[in-house]
Amino acid sequence: MIFIYAIAALGLIGLLFGLGLATAAKVFHVETDPRVEEVNDLLPGANCGACGYPGCMKFAEAVVKGEVGPDDCIPGGEEVSREIASLLGKETSSSSTPPLATVFCIGDIYRTTDSFIYDGVKDCAIDASFYDGHKACSYGCLGWGNCVRVCPFDAIRMGSHGLPVVDPEKCTGCELCAKECPRDLIKMLPRGDEGYLALCTSQDRGKTVSKACEVGCIACKACVKVCPVDAIEMDGKLAVIDLEKCTDCGDCEEKCPPGTIHRRTAIPTEEEARAAAEQKEKETA
Amino acid sequence: METLLSIIFIYIFVENFVLHRFFGICPFLGVSRKMETAIGMSMAVIFVMTMATLVTWLLYTFVLIPFNLGYLQIVTFILVIASLVQLVETVLRKISPTLYQGLGIFLPLITTNCAVLAVTLLAVRLEFAFIESIVFALAASVGFSLALIIMAGIRERLEMANMPDVLQGSAVTLITAGILSIAFLGFQGMLSL
Repeated sequence: MIFIYAIAALGLIGLLFGLGLATAAKVFHVETDPRVEEVNDLLPGANCGACGYPGCMKFAEAVVKGEVGPDDCIPGGEEVSREIASLLGKETSSSSTPPLATVFCIGDIYRTTDSFIYDGVKDCAIDASFYDGHKACSYGCLGWGNCVRVCPFDAIRMGSHGLPVVDPEKCTGCELCAKECPRDLIKMLPRGDEGYLALCTSQDRGKTVSKACEVGCIACKACVKVCPVDAIEMDGKLAVIDLEKCTDCGDCEEKCPPGTIHRRTAIPTEEEARAAAEQKEKETA
Repeated sequence: METLLSIIFIYIFVENFVLHRFFGICPFLGVSRKMETAIGMSMAVIFVMTMATLVTWLLYTFVLIPFNLGYLQIVTFILVIASLVQLVETVLRKISPTLYQGLGIFLPLITTNCAVLAVTLLAVRLEFAFIESIVFALAASVGFSLALIIMAGIRERLEMANMPDVLQGSAVTLITAGILSIAFLGFQGMLSL
């Protein structure tokens, strides 16, 4: 008897709550635009925030409302923007490929000197704030990988030579790494194979640079003089190559004494860095 | 008044729900990684615990006891908490989207939180009166929040520390929780009802 009594009581209470919930769901029903959900499904879903909204869902709402265009999702690129545009019946304004993150420092651990041994938190920003960082060069990459940690797409890893390596296939151009780097070493460049780059950001005098790093720009202006199309200009004590003017001739790379200038496709890899270091060790021995 | 004050003190410090009674260890370890989420979770817990105790106490006193159904309390309380959380979620979504966004995923997460069930069960087992039960639930949830927020603060700092490989991750978190619990042992016997 008690058994039936309990089941009945519990069933009744459950039924009451169920009815209550059902009425509440009807009374407090919130209208949502089904398109928001559909747009959200098309987005990469990394919640990287490169669009300026706190997540993909918020961006989807903004697109549906018409606050931003479908191509404002940088990581999504052309494909996603086209899909969103066709879903919402809007037009995309451009068909650009996303830019590529490029590290403007080739001062690997073999060819740079340290001014002290850093034993603190493994974080670039903290290291940099501590006596200008443990590296002798106060502009160079510190190698603790803040950019690696911040990348939502796994497109950057820390190489064994102490410099970040960007995977061009995975990089979506979201700029999070560029914003994270305390030394502003990562720049977003339009994609392409042609053109040469001076991979250094040091504004130090040539003498200071060559003491700290074997491959840093020493502001000798050899490249400026040799360039046939005037694509290279000095920004303070640093050579800067204008990719739009560059004709890909390669004269500057040949002339550059420390070897700061490289073709975009030939940025020194981990193996090359180690080989160069071993070569030099042999020579000195 | 004195009883109410001692209930508040006891269940925030002396018999802290997490660090003394070991309820709600799962969210205590799960959402204490960041201060932001810890605060969100705390707010949701305070809200739900108080609401749940209010409803279950009324249900227990005016429905279960008169019908001699006291032995059904665990089942009914689970039912109450689950539907209450669902109800609150629906209502909040309509009335205050900001609060709904703020509490976010923490609200449905609490449905299966043992600390909430423990508060409602203890409130009737300790034979608290209505007002006392509410204050008890409030104090217990504030105690939970206190533990969670202290933990989040410590873990945010631990993240920055140089740690031997063996201790990294959950190992050091559990050790920290243990030490924190021992620290709260200092309140033991200070006050009792």
